[in-house]
Amino acid sequence: MSAAGPIPGPIPAPSPALGRASRENYLTADYSWRSWLLTVDHKRIGILYLLSVTGFFFLGGLFAVLLRLELATPQGDLVQAETYNKLFTMHGLVMIFFFLVPSIPGVLGNFFVPIMIGAKDMAFPRLNLLSWYVYMIGGLVSFLAIVMGGVDTGWTFYAPYSSTYANSNVALTAVGVFITGFSSILTGLNIIVTVHKMRAPGMTWFRMPLFVWAHYATSLIMILGTPVLAITILLLALERLFHIGIFDPKLGGDPVLFQHLFWFYSHPAVYIMILPAMGVISELVAAFSRKRIFGYSFVAFSSLAIAVLGFLVWGHHMFLSGQSVYAGVVFSVLSFLVAIPSAVKVFNWAATLYKGSVLLSTPMMYVLGFLGLFTIGGLTGLFLACLGLDVHVHDTYFVVAHFHYIMVGGAVMAFLGGLHYWWPKMFGRMYPEALGKFSAVVVFIGFNLTFFPQFLLGYLGMPRRYHAYPEEFGVLNVLSSAGASILGIGYLLPMVYLIWSLRYGPAAVQNPWGAKGLEWEKAPTPPPTFNFDATPVVTQEAYAYADDLPAEPTRPEASYV
Amino acid sequence: MSDSHGAHGGALAHHFEDLEQQREAHTLGMWAFLVTEVLFFGGLFGAYAVYRSSYPQAFANASNQLDHVLGGINTAVLIGSSFTMVLAVHAAQLRRKWQIFGWLWATIVLGAVFLGVKYVEYHHKWEHHLVPGPNFLFEGQPGGSEQLFFALYFSMTGLHAFHMVIGAGVLIWLSVLALKGRFDEPGRNAVEMAGLYWHFVDLVWIFLFPLLYLLGRHQ
Repeated sequence: MSAAGPIPGPIPAPSPALGRASRENYLTADYSWRSWLLTVDHKRIGILYLLSVTGFFFLGGLFAVLLRLELATPQGDLVQAETYNKLFTMHGLVMIFFFLVPSIPGVLGNFFVPIMIGAKDMAFPRLNLLSWYVYMIGGLVSFLAIVMGGVDTGWTFYAPYSSTYANSNVALTAVGVFITGFSSILTGLNIIVTVHKMRAPGMTWFRMPLFVWAHYATSLIMILGTPVLAITILLLALERLFHIGIFDPKLGGDPVLFQHLFWFYSHPAVYIMILPAMGVISELVAAFSRKRIFGYSFVAFSSLAIAVLGFLVWGHHMFLSGQSVYAGVVFSVLSFLVAIPSAVKVFNWAATLYKGSVLLSTPMMYVLGFLGLFTIGGLTGLFLACLGLDVHVHDTYFVVAHFHYIMVGGAVMAFLGGLHYWWPKMFGRMYPEALGKFSAVVVFIGFNLTFFPQFLLGYLGMPRRYHAYPEEFGVLNVLSSAGASILGIGYLLPMVYLIWSLRYGPAAVQNPWGAKGLEWEKAPTPPPTFNFDATPVVTQEAYAYADDLPAEPTRPEASYV
Repeated sequence: MSDSHGAHGGALAHHFEDLEQQREAHTLGMWAFLVTEVLFFGGLFGAYAVYRSSYPQAFANASNQLDHVLGGINTAVLIGSSFTMVLAVHAAQLRRKWQIFGWLWATIVLGAVFLGVKYVEYHHKWEHHLVPGPNFLFEGQPGGSEQLFFALYFSMTGLHAFHMVIGAGVLIWLSVLALKGRFDEPGRNAVEMAGLYWHFVDLVWIFLFPLLYLLGRHQ
């Protein structure tokens, strides 16, 4: 039996401090504030990201709670229409720019991409820290805009409303988003160079875990797309502050140009959010099926295919914006093409499960949730890519439900699954498995109850972004709001027990899941500052489970006594 | 910054295996950064293409207001600065401290000349009410689509000038490093990286000059 031996030895009693192990790790190397705020260790920067994205997630969640409370009744009784506009705008802004985009790359990517390829750190450690500071500065500027009265343009900042007519803090919010964009660019650049130049001996491109492939593809989008958002926001700010006319029809400017530029980034940005999630799912499916992933190279290349195709479909957000019909046809066809690499992934994950030795651990439950929800989200995306049907459901709750199935049902489920899977490695503690499974179920139920009714609402014609609605939409909206409260509990639970586990969780061994990959097989738990005791030499493909498949999958519950 | 990062006597950062790996990583990082810059300017070039094709006559008229002589001089100055930059990179490869210093400063001075000429041009536009905004007047009339041309002119050349200021700052910093005798491998590579950036900014101008000053000029 190799290092992947399933049953952990006697578990040492949990001790008060994380540094129970005699050896020093990245957490115990230095306890000062300074050592955290000026760290250039990619793992510590990952933890900084974890703290900040969690904060923004719950801020965005708070706005969602208020939205769903308002929508629990048909009349506008909790908030005014203007307030409601600000709430959904800030919900979108916070969740997209300050949670979804940096979440998996900033936390799990930062922490694990270098370890998975056998590197001591990212290629540019200082740039990595800078990207966190840039993110925080952008976040604080936007937060300031929220505190000073908020913004009501929708997260899309459509001109000319945002540039000329809106009476809220558009410029300040835009500055915050502009700044945060550079954080994304720096992260992407760092990951690309790291993957190209920092791989350990023997770590060929086709031995890399699919998590790394997914992050590489994501990073390509980050460095190619985000600068266009930056220039768009800059033009918007110039327009708003100096009325230069570039998006103002009165002066010959074209507001649709804003939409083109905006979606040139913001559609690929959807893949910035979902591709790393797909990377997480690939790791988890293989680890808990104890099987090499089915069709490794197809899954790897499908990430790149999604990254490339993602740049060619932005016009499907603008079928009703006065864009030419011929452009609409082309964008529609190209949007359908994105379904191919996405389906390649889903089928390959399903095929990996087939005849695998499946362990229904907490991360795996999130994976199964992801598979179903992402599939629904993806297929309804095809409905929306149909030129004819889109006219009917455009700007209705159908769209809202669709992208929440991808962003929340997909990206957030994967983030939670990945966080549980790597939690022992990151902090050296096991989370409570039973509670973990329970909250995964709560999240799944709450999610579907929240968002499935929105498909129906949208199909029946309820438009998005209104604070009041006709009586006949009442039942479905009440269901949705009820679901949101369950979903909220599902998100609070992991936060509580994960924090609890930092102190009271059973100590984790180096490889509690018996999983493959350098982070489990070679890096101690938690990893030391430079990740490995010696530079690892890679001799195997990724997910080489077949050779030493144990009769029974690992049961980490065994360690709970 | 930190205890161990960047230790090893300064040349090789801890997380690289050898200098070769470090040099390759820095070079790739710089090229990737330049790709983001291409996209950053790309949005503006895209907007320019759209509006130029929508309003060809207004753009030609507006283009005639630009001083192509000053623009031409500036183009020559900038190409000259790229030449001195190449000489600085060459001097860095030969590890000749004073030559590096001298060529870097020649580049900085040429960059400053460019910015000075740019200031004169901007000032003229300001005096002639050609700056987009409420006070914009084109041949005595309040703004039509000519204003779009000037909006793009100021955004594009302004962003370009901003990049030159950053570049000049980097070159000043490198010239100080050169005097301190940083002729080791990473220092040498730094001059080369700054050179890549400088040439990129130069190249943006090579596109801006004909698009803004020359195209459709005699219509």
